[in-house]
Amino acid sequence: MEDIRDSLTRKSKKAKLEQIGKGISFLCISFIVLVVIAIFYFVASKGLATFFKDGASVSDFLFGTKWNPSSVSEKGTPLIGALPMITGSFVVTFLSALIATPFAIGAAVFMTEISPKLGTKILQPVIELLVGIPSVVYGFIGLSIIVPAVRSVFGGSGFGILAGTFVLFVMILPTVTSMTVDALKAVPRYYREASLALGATRWQTIYKVVLRAAIPGILTSVVFGMARAFGEALAIQMVIGNAALMPHNLTTPASTLTSVLTMGIGNTIMGTLENNVLWSLALLLLLMSLLFNIVIRMIGKKGAMKA
Amino acid sequence: MNAKKVDKFATGVLYGIASIIVLILASLLAFILIRGIPHISWHFLTSPSKTFEAGGGIGIQLFNSFYLLFITMVISIPISLGAGIYLSEYAKKNWVTGIIRTSIEILSSLPSVVVGLFGFLIFVLQAGLGFSIISGALALTFFNLPLLTRNVEESLRAVHFTQREAGLALGLSRWETVIKVVVPEALPGILTGVILGAGRIFGEAAALIYTAGQSAPALDFTNWNPLSISSPLNIFRQAETLAVHIWKVNSEGNMPDGAAVSAGASAVLILAVLLFNFLARFIGKRIHKKMTSA
Repeated sequence: MEDIRDSLTRKSKKAKLEQIGKGISFLCISFIVLVVIAIFYFVASKGLATFFKDGASVSDFLFGTKWNPSSVSEKGTPLIGALPMITGSFVVTFLSALIATPFAIGAAVFMTEISPKLGTKILQPVIELLVGIPSVVYGFIGLSIIVPAVRSVFGGSGFGILAGTFVLFVMILPTVTSMTVDALKAVPRYYREASLALGATRWQTIYKVVLRAAIPGILTSVVFGMARAFGEALAIQMVIGNAALMPHNLTTPASTLTSVLTMGIGNTIMGTLENNVLWSLALLLLLMSLLFNIVIRMIGKKGAMKA
Repeated sequence: MNAKKVDKFATGVLYGIASIIVLILASLLAFILIRGIPHISWHFLTSPSKTFEAGGGIGIQLFNSFYLLFITMVISIPISLGAGIYLSEYAKKNWVTGIIRTSIEILSSLPSVVVGLFGFLIFVLQAGLGFSIISGALALTFFNLPLLTRNVEESLRAVHFTQREAGLALGLSRWETVIKVVVPEALPGILTGVILGAGRIFGEAAALIYTAGQSAPALDFTNWNPLSISSPLNIFRQAETLAVHIWKVNSEGNMPDGAAVSAGASAVLILAVLLFNFLARFIGKRIHKKMTSA
């Protein structure tokens, strides 16, 4: 009797196995969450040290235009103006998104509406390949084709925002295109049928019905591409010229947050202001990627409500 | 009549855009391959690199890239498998799962340079691992985990629920059902994702500059003791990968044949990525065929 009760009340071997399995899988997922928290904690603590420990002012950092962290201004405050890099990052991001968006939408419309056959046979693999090309290769191509081309057309060194924009354009084009394709494919078939039945031409259907219905999805893909452009480091660092000056035109050397980070972090000593302020740049980058995430979520929610 | 003309015009423009994109890729590939392939030789692929003089190869960097890829996969596949299983099989729809999904999304959208800096801070400096393969592999793991996890989850979800019911009806526990029924069924999808991830890791450089280091010390390929500093298997040695090498050659420019070396190395890198893409399709299809016809 005792035996039977025991075997009934005790956990079976299988139940234990089940528990262990569930535990292991939960451990794996918590590891990922922990990593995210750790990244934010460590980058934030390093990045904020500039302001709390070294006493630099936030407005100097965000709006100052002179970047030379190892020296001080006449007033005795360190020269940590990050505005040139912030401007550089934003300008290349917006310009590349501006050029890439029409191309991406055009390609996506072509793949879903005009010629799905050619689309899946040719354009789809082409876009997958473009995604796969490593960013250093894009940088190298930019360095050996785009920079000399810009130099011969506009003069100067060729390094600068324009070269960076072209490189980023090619880099984000596949991402934006493939996400736009998904957005267009999600538009129900009967929308198109209704429009065509009313006597609209294919282009009218695309322009007045399909594209408008897919606006939230298209916006998401553009923001996604911008997030990618904003965080891209090496390709842009290779072609932008790396001069921490306020960009006055598109063909003089400039810099971005990522390019200054990749150049600087190895040449400064941990714990010094020169180093901490670089971590502040990294923190800024982190916050921007968070912001892009939030924007994508907001678009998603708004788009979902309409449908 | 007018609308029809506009329609024709717009169609023409769209054809134009599509062909421009194809042209961009074609010219990129042509540029890299035409400039790079003549430079690829057995000597180039096997000999160590040289600074300040011409004629160096990419042997050590090539080995480092593959070895780093291998170590990264060894770490990240089990973790992402567990995480993917949790998300697809166990996670309930509540706020905890919401937080988990948000963190994965955030991690996947972090710029790789930030991930690299985090790895630099934690592994290289605080854990005292220095610039090493293991630091680089851990940083790449963070970079790889969200995508791989999502891929595992999607592949598992694609398995039909009758498979799970069959397993449970046989008296298997949920965990056993997952491991013995669902995961094998989802294997082609998981494998495809792993190989595509491998291609991404193979070309990644920003996360490695400050974790795996930027120099490739000479290796002794006859020494297979993993603890010896000159052994290729040692995971605590500095290891510049192929992608980092391309970046370094171009940004420092103290190699007389730098342009040729980077062209050759880029061609190798692209060929490797193409190979990964091809393998992903091929293996996925092959396994799927094998498993469904049986």
